[in-house]
Amino acid sequence: MTAGTEESTVSTVAIPAAPEGRLVSIARLRGMGVFLIAIGLIGIFGMGLGAKHGVKAVFLLASQPATNVSPITMPVRPWCIVMSILCALVGVYLAARTPRRGGYLIFGVGVIIFMWAFLVWAARGGELSFVQLLAGTLVSATPLVYGALSGVMCERSGVVNIAIEGQFLAGAFLAAMIDSASHHLWLGVLAGAASGALFGAILAFLSLRYGADQIIVGVVIVAFCTGLTNYLTEQVLTPDQATLNSPSTFSPIAIPLLSKIPVIGPVLFNQNIFVYGAAILLVVVHVALFYTKWGLRVRSVGEHPQAAATVGIHVLNVRYRNVILGGVIAGLGGASFTIGSIGEFSSDMTAGLGYVALAAMIFGRWRPFGALSAALLFGFAVSLQSFLAVLNVGIPSPILSMAPYVITIAVVSGLVGRVRPPAADGVPYVVG
Amino acid sequence: MTAIPAEPAAAPATEQPEPSGPWWKRSAHWLAEGNVAVVTFLAVVCGLVFGAILIIVTTTSTLHAWGHLGSNPKHAFGASLTTVGHAYGDLFTGSIFSPSDLTHALRTGHGWVTLFTPLSETLVSATPLILAGTGVALGFSTGVFNIGGQGQYIAGALCATYVGFGVHAPLAIHMPLVILAGAAGGAVAGFIPGFLKARTGAHEVIVTIMLNYIFLDLLSYLLTTRPLQQPGQSNSISQTIPSSATLPHLFGSNLRVNAGLIVALLVAAGASWFMRRSTLGFTFRVIGSNPTAGRTAGMDSRRATILVLTISGALVGLAGMSTLAGTDFFLSTNYGGSTGFNAITVALLGRNKPSGVVLGSLLFAALDTGGRYMQAATGIPIDLTTVIQAVIVFMVATPALIREIFRLRDAGAGKILLFTKGWAG
Repeated sequence: MTAGTEESTVSTVAIPAAPEGRLVSIARLRGMGVFLIAIGLIGIFGMGLGAKHGVKAVFLLASQPATNVSPITMPVRPWCIVMSILCALVGVYLAARTPRRGGYLIFGVGVIIFMWAFLVWAARGGELSFVQLLAGTLVSATPLVYGALSGVMCERSGVVNIAIEGQFLAGAFLAAMIDSASHHLWLGVLAGAASGALFGAILAFLSLRYGADQIIVGVVIVAFCTGLTNYLTEQVLTPDQATLNSPSTFSPIAIPLLSKIPVIGPVLFNQNIFVYGAAILLVVVHVALFYTKWGLRVRSVGEHPQAAATVGIHVLNVRYRNVILGGVIAGLGGASFTIGSIGEFSSDMTAGLGYVALAAMIFGRWRPFGALSAALLFGFAVSLQSFLAVLNVGIPSPILSMAPYVITIAVVSGLVGRVRPPAADGVPYVVG
Repeated sequence: MTAIPAEPAAAPATEQPEPSGPWWKRSAHWLAEGNVAVVTFLAVVCGLVFGAILIIVTTTSTLHAWGHLGSNPKHAFGASLTTVGHAYGDLFTGSIFSPSDLTHALRTGHGWVTLFTPLSETLVSATPLILAGTGVALGFSTGVFNIGGQGQYIAGALCATYVGFGVHAPLAIHMPLVILAGAAGGAVAGFIPGFLKARTGAHEVIVTIMLNYIFLDLLSYLLTTRPLQQPGQSNSISQTIPSSATLPHLFGSNLRVNAGLIVALLVAAGASWFMRRSTLGFTFRVIGSNPTAGRTAGMDSRRATILVLTISGALVGLAGMSTLAGTDFFLSTNYGGSTGFNAITVALLGRNKPSGVVLGSLLFAALDTGGRYMQAATGIPIDLTTVIQAVIVFMVATPALIREIFRLRDAGAGKILLFTKGWAG
């Protein structure tokens, strides 16, 4: 999928990535089409014809608290072949017609069709809990949504926040410790948000007041938080594990009625408060950023601070506020790692997801719902990988665990390409 | 979108007259000017002070003493001083030398090896940092942020291991081959993000970070497969490379400092020459400081991106080779740990200059080596040194903050120190 075109490079200087009305360049559409045809062919010959006659795959659809649904049984061979052919046909359409609009959507449909075939193939001769796969996707995507929203908040106002990973760690650590010591879950949430805000404030202070390089400060905040949480875990938490690192966790809340819907119910409406919180924040940030006066001001500061300043907007104040708010969001995301999930804090538990969130933000082109799609994609890859490890499809587990990262690279280079960040992103603003 | 660093609009360096007078007055002026050396020194002081506070507030005995501040104030300060003093004393003893060993060696004429062991260990830790830090610094000077040190380090070490046990040759042929293999492995790992950035516009920060995880997984996969895995082992440990593939010790077999240090210093010197004197280095610097000007002058910024990431990766790969062939001799999972990330901080500390990277590496290596000794002797976790290092780089990255804290005059007249180019560069 090497679809970089002259067109898209040259236009990075000016405004959109392609001519009016065409969001995706023709070469990239062709590349996506060829990719779909290629995986379709792999599906037909590798998975469909490769499967033995008569082998069946069972997808379990039932899960509490939804009303019971009987599992679907699918014969592997015909399903794989039919779905792969459909995928290839979508690819042919994309490559031949190069539609002006909806290119990504059509590509997504093709990929989903292929994924269905792949899941049938992976579950051959066994059972796959489809509901748990999707629920796992949502759970894995949640911290990424928080992280990406934090990035959107900061970068729309023109400050690069590469410190999300550090804010995650700080939030996870403090939330676990405060919750454990005080026995108040909400105090833990508050502590997580506060520690995120603290490092947001440090980023804002150093980069706005002293004009320090934002990416550097971000990287150093990550190093600082990693070192500090590791140090405190060993020096403070471990000797007193029972009181300081045994937090309680939020349990799932089943939304009445909605959670009874088959499949969708247990996936979407039987989650813990952090998942619902992410959904609410997503909508709030989106609306605030694109439909309010506040959002217009923030975006103008991120695009052209000098112009914003001439109409009387206080550039630095807007940036301070946004970076700290972004820190709060990232801190909440960090809290979800501990009190929203397994409870106990352990060293380096965020495992680089803060950086993945950053990638999700870029993939989403600095838009909340774009970032959500990237987060869901990555979450699905993570969830799928843990299911495949259990299903024992014959792929070694380290290779499987590469998949989310390989997919991210493929998506970033194949689908997204050269992106256009807020124009003043990362550029210090000098009052004068 | 080419983010050109915003130069402060009106800030010509106010030329101050050279002070005259006795030497002490002149040097006092020089110190108060807050130049690079002074700022770095003060940054280190800040780091150590922060570390000391952290030790005091997290050690039960000192906290207890502070609890009785009212009744016994002397004890609170005394206990804190003792704890911090022990910790930092161990930091020094573990990384430079132990005074008691020195007196022992001077008095008896024996025990020189014991005396020089800490220094040798510091140099051993500094070797990969110099190599990887120089690599990252090359990237920064070209406006490319190579955060994929971890992956390139692993790639270099992997290739060096394969050549190490796969090839049978005398030292004079085998060792250079291993060195080249390390560089080649890192170069490949650096080429990938460079190529993707140049061809598709995928940002190197994302691609290199993802590659870190991919190489970590690749390593743990290969370590469970033949021929890399040690035969007869169920652990994830590679074969040991033969002695012909190792970097020879410099000062006898009891001190671990090895020829890797020579390689590192040569590379740093070479990089310094390359960036200042060679045509390609000039191209890199122009594209790093003003890509638009570079393009106008007909420089190929895509080619430069690919080249600089490949070279940068090669140097980080050499770092992986240097620890493998210098001290470890076999691979295990998570090889290299955080060296790839420390390389970034070292590059910043050295202000992207190879000579600065060498000095920064020595400082950070001393902190790491001393930290290990401190952990063993006092039980204070080694992660303290990471915190100290982070505070140092915070301060170095914001010289204006240091000047304000210590009320120094501003030599650079509000100059903003920018290393990176945001997302669009």
